[in-house]
Amino acid sequence: MTSGWEVVIGLEIHTQLSTKSKIFSGAATAYGSETNTQACLIDLGYPGILPVLNTEVVRMAVKFGLAVNAAISPLSVFARKNYFYPDLPKGYQISQYELPIVEHGELFIRTDDGTEKRIGITRAHLEEDAGKSIHKGFGKSSGIDLNRAGTPLLEIVSEPDLRSAKEAVAYMRKIHSIVRYLEISDGNMQEGSFRCDANVSVRASGQKQLGTRTELKNLNSFRFVEKAINFEAQRQIDVVEEGGQIVQETRLYDSDNDETRPMRSKEEANDYRYFPDPDLLPVEIDDLFIETVRKTLPELPDAKQQRFADEYGLKAVDAEILTVNKPVADYFEAVAIKTTAKAQIAANWVIGELSALLNKQDVDIQNSRIGVEELVHLLDRITDNTISGKIGKDIFEAMWRGEGSVDEIIKARGLKQITDDSEIAAVIDRVLQANTLQVADYKAGKDKLFGYFVGQVMKETSGKANPTQVNKILKEKLT
Amino acid sequence: MISGETLHRQTLAELAQGLAAGEFTSRELTEILLRRIESHQESYNAFITITAEIALQQADKADKARANGDGGYLNGLPIAHKDLFCTKRVLTTCGSRMLQNFVSPYDATVVEKMALAGAVMLGKTNMDEFAMGSSNETSHFGPVMNPWNTKLSPGGSSGGSAAAVAGRLVPVATGTDTGGSIRQPAAMTGTTGIKPTYGRVSRFGMVAFASSLDQGGVIARSAEDAAMVLEVISGHDHRDSTSINHPVPRYVDGLSRGIKGLKVGIVRQHFDEGLDESCAEAINLALNTLSESGAKIVEVDLPHIDLSVPAYYVVAPAECSSNLSRFDGVRFGHRAEKPQDLHDLYCRTRGEAFGAEVKRRIMTGTYVLSAGYYDAYYLKAQKVRKLISQDFVNAFCEVDLIAGPTTPTTAFALGEKTDDPITMYLNDIYTIGANLSGLPGISIPCGLVGGLPVGLQLVGPHFEEERILACAHQYQQLTDWHRLEPGATI
Repeated sequence: MTSGWEVVIGLEIHTQLSTKSKIFSGAATAYGSETNTQACLIDLGYPGILPVLNTEVVRMAVKFGLAVNAAISPLSVFARKNYFYPDLPKGYQISQYELPIVEHGELFIRTDDGTEKRIGITRAHLEEDAGKSIHKGFGKSSGIDLNRAGTPLLEIVSEPDLRSAKEAVAYMRKIHSIVRYLEISDGNMQEGSFRCDANVSVRASGQKQLGTRTELKNLNSFRFVEKAINFEAQRQIDVVEEGGQIVQETRLYDSDNDETRPMRSKEEANDYRYFPDPDLLPVEIDDLFIETVRKTLPELPDAKQQRFADEYGLKAVDAEILTVNKPVADYFEAVAIKTTAKAQIAANWVIGELSALLNKQDVDIQNSRIGVEELVHLLDRITDNTISGKIGKDIFEAMWRGEGSVDEIIKARGLKQITDDSEIAAVIDRVLQANTLQVADYKAGKDKLFGYFVGQVMKETSGKANPTQVNKILKEKLT
Repeated sequence: MISGETLHRQTLAELAQGLAAGEFTSRELTEILLRRIESHQESYNAFITITAEIALQQADKADKARANGDGGYLNGLPIAHKDLFCTKRVLTTCGSRMLQNFVSPYDATVVEKMALAGAVMLGKTNMDEFAMGSSNETSHFGPVMNPWNTKLSPGGSSGGSAAAVAGRLVPVATGTDTGGSIRQPAAMTGTTGIKPTYGRVSRFGMVAFASSLDQGGVIARSAEDAAMVLEVISGHDHRDSTSINHPVPRYVDGLSRGIKGLKVGIVRQHFDEGLDESCAEAINLALNTLSESGAKIVEVDLPHIDLSVPAYYVVAPAECSSNLSRFDGVRFGHRAEKPQDLHDLYCRTRGEAFGAEVKRRIMTGTYVLSAGYYDAYYLKAQKVRKLISQDFVNAFCEVDLIAGPTTPTTAFALGEKTDDPITMYLNDIYTIGANLSGLPGISIPCGLVGGLPVGLQLVGPHFEEERILACAHQYQQLTDWHRLEPGATI
């Protein structure tokens, strides 16, 4: 970023709550159903219908509020946000405006220099999603799919505390991690269950007053959030440096061209005429309810990370990586508890080999073809020196391909490690005899050749010789 | 023997006895009333849809049930629904071109409960468009004529229900009351109309005008009949979050509660200028009757009641502007032909299908909710509403109920006030307070002025329908005003 400038960012994250039915109707919320098959009369806004609050969303919002150390409003109010659009059946969206259910929360992110930074959460409020307009395939007309209409959303609004695209992404990832730990959202970004709007402004370093902001709409991946903010901040700096003025407006990020563009003014020139929805009573929440929900809170990412570092002696960075996703953390912990290998070794395998394969195959850890038990056996065989770590990696891949258990593969391939000193010594003798020239060079001071001898021994034994023993015996023979 | 000549004159309670005693069948009764409805349709225009076929089916079913010793509380008794209660298989127009072809895929809770009790639906009654009006002249299907004088308005918005009951086409009909839409037409047609406590009757399936004020109720020929029907349609409904879970008493059983010792409050402002002098006399005579029967008449103060009309005409249009947004030509109702684009679809659909009064209220409502005006209008009106509600709470610490005129005058001529919305709005000056405060109110006939009925309004504390029904019933035991038929003179 151009020096001399400070970027100020606030995020509004829309996270879809994973209830079975909609926020104000009994229709199902499952994604991907045939168009307009999951919209009942309430979702269609039929004359005479009335909304009835799905209390499950209240529980979920409170859970989120408690997880980010926020205040839970004893009384929150649903309001109508009025505007006309064909995919908004009632002509208003039921949302919360003046009295949201959650206020004054916070969370901590790790910045580039490794320090922790507090990010304030202004509020989180409940609302219903609109339907979807489909502009392709209907000639001059548009189609409307109301399956999504009435899907519960929790909109989480941050303070303008973020100072770079990277911080914005770190914050968004943290929220993403928390909502999934709480099991209140699947966080699926491809399906639109987790998306955000970013408010971006720039000001000269040291300046107190905030610059005019623009709002970037509907960013649905971490990568787009980062790119869109970077583009927009640079654009604003360029405008101001050239003596121009930032126009307060809503902009869309075009990922194909990596740029932001203003939305047509018609789409944003709305006076939403918010007022309390007379069809719904205020949501009253008492302490007993809050305490009941508090008891259901799981261990959250920050606490788990600290515990992994303390209890398992993991490197801080590894503890952080392992705790982003709860299923990964659970997997690691189950392996660490059961295996005879050190916890850090287990962490290395989960972060390294396993994650690489899962990513490559695009599989969640819950559906990993190598389960906790399988990985535990593999690590145990390495720890008890049956196989080397290197061979372990080959076996790991073979296991993934379904060639059998660790022991079956070791047996079938004859991969059992050679740990008999005399057997290793015999191989070393053969290698040294075949390489008399190199032996002479080594003795003349070319230390680097030691690795060459190790390599030759490994080659002779198809990698099965125990590396520690090879090193030890080779050193003895060469002195 | 069937006395077809007089059956239509009987009250619901009398008809219930006749059916129970086997004097006539529901089918016979239904056929008589259907013929009456048909023959008076041109002169009163009280119905938008006459549901003869369904009525006869329901009547036969009721007769069969009775023969088997079954049947609900209203088994075989004829009723009509205001045309904003959604009904399956039958049009629900709300008196609007917007919904002139609309058939609801579901039944309103009130419709469901009536059917379950065995009532026979004869039709859907005419009304002001989307219940917005006080004269029934805003209906897309033409005005309703007052059976007392067909040149006069029956009041509104439940004018069709009131005219049907007054004209002896049907013994009872449902109505809805947002600012007086049950009580005002009841007063102008010499019928008994009750608007219960807000939340007493489910709004599910009642097409919304102003959600925080709308309440379903009954227009009947006596407090006893109103009590019978109210008992059936009241009660908590999980499909309406604002419906209140409060036990429903047997209203009919409570009717015998006497007037003696009852503290009846009168409000000075109700008798200020604006109230027709002859109507005031009729009201005072009625109060005397109550007093002579042991009620104690005392003056109570409602200091903010004068603000009720302006507060109402901010809150109600605000909610209406939002409630009517769903009529956009996309999913149901009227749709403009060959729209150029989305904007054109919206503008022409709504421009063509809403009448002038509905448009006026949508525009007023949109204005008072707009940025920069919200605080000055909507928020202030809500504050005034709280003050008015508090006035009533205070008053009910001193009195058991409040009595006074329902309307400033008797029925006015059709066309008389259509050009002057403010004068029209002032017709609801005595009724609106109960809506703003969510209180139950009833209008009962208490005299004739110039050959036209005058209505006495009784308003009670929340959930005291029983009290106002009992007082109304006792008054009706002492007087015959409610028995007078259109054309009667004294």
